[in-house]
Amino acid sequence: MLYFSDLLQYSDVFLSALKTTVELTVLTTILGVVLGTVCATVRQYGNRAGQRVVSVYVELIRNTPFIVQLFFIFFGLPAIGMMLSPWEASMIALTINLGAYSTEIIRAGLASISKGQIEAAKVLGLNFRQTLTRVIFIPAFEKIYPALTSQCIIVMLGSAVISQISVQDLTYAANLVQSRNFRAFESYLVTALLYLGLSILLRFAFNALGKRLFAYRTSN
Amino acid sequence: MIEFSNYDILRNLLFATQWTILLSLAAFIGGTTVALTLTAMRLTRNPAMQRIVKVYVELFQGTPLLMQMFLCFFGLSMLGYEISAWGAAILSLTFFTSAFLVEIWRGCIDTLPKGQWEASRCLGLSFLQTLRHIILPQAIRVATAPTVGFSVQVIKGTALASVIGFVELTKVGTMLNNATFEPFKIFTLVALIYFMLCYPLSLYSKHLEKKFNVSR
Repeated sequence: MLYFSDLLQYSDVFLSALKTTVELTVLTTILGVVLGTVCATVRQYGNRAGQRVVSVYVELIRNTPFIVQLFFIFFGLPAIGMMLSPWEASMIALTINLGAYSTEIIRAGLASISKGQIEAAKVLGLNFRQTLTRVIFIPAFEKIYPALTSQCIIVMLGSAVISQISVQDLTYAANLVQSRNFRAFESYLVTALLYLGLSILLRFAFNALGKRLFAYRTSN
Repeated sequence: MIEFSNYDILRNLLFATQWTILLSLAAFIGGTTVALTLTAMRLTRNPAMQRIVKVYVELFQGTPLLMQMFLCFFGLSMLGYEISAWGAAILSLTFFTSAFLVEIWRGCIDTLPKGQWEASRCLGLSFLQTLRHIILPQAIRVATAPTVGFSVQVIKGTALASVIGFVELTKVGTMLNNATFEPFKIFTLVALIYFMLCYPLSLYSKHLEKKFNVSR
């Protein structure tokens, strides 16, 4: 039998955990996409050395599991003198992880901008920075926006792993509650549904933001 | 206390890699089987069937793999179904893999023009014949590259099985770390081994993608 009512007295635990997960998600999504944008720009328009560095970073992160990256940052780095709190370590790991994936995605968007646009911007007297911010970025992001949304959601779901270095996120709360009242199935089911709600909410937020960012499509 | 030389560490890690590979293979085989079934269900154009597939995908893509593992491992045993860490890992990875593969393959099948279905219909081919002789041969060509690419995600997903106590590469890494207190070295090695497993697959997927694009 399932007894979901046993979870009610722990609603505070779940709520504060939800707050931690949401905070980390918002922060790492912003930082990760910014990191990805910078890296993608270097990868697409930078010099040889810059391109090389970015590809090594992207391939290293994309071909290793997130949990190993997290353990490396949390357990490995202190051994060479960089002490990090669990919260800091997970924020860095999540940002680096999302940064690598979004680099690949955003770069595809940048590559899709036709050369004529860049040449036209040059002819109009825009410098490189202006060309990037006013001509290239918005249509490039529009092309890859769905893929970027999915990736941010995947990273949010991946953040469940940070409970393993004792960050008090949703998964940590689920483990805590089930160790108190032995209602493992109920506790994990409710948490899984909370994550499902979060991912639907995140998709919704991205869509709303996208409507504003790419408003020029519908306004004229 | 036992002393671990570098050789011992590497030997143990490489031994554990076998389990990572085995788990990845099992999950991939399980995942493709379930995904094939779900794809067939989706293609029947029966609204109820399509709905089931949609909910399945939404459910398993929208929840963390770790949570699915906990549900399979701790949750099911609390409900009275005894399940080993190995079984729970395969079960949850199968859900995870199939949910993503269904979506990937959906994209591949949808790229084929609708006229192909209609033409087969006119030629008097049945649904299964159309699938077997017209749709699948073309879809497989398109689907190979992203499927190989996704296998990298499966290998990385198996790392989470360490959390429910299945002894594979990551778990052995944490165990060795507890014994030797050399986290920097050990997690670098673990990451390198994963990289050596995944990177060739990534390259192969990229190669396939290029090959397909040229032939088109």
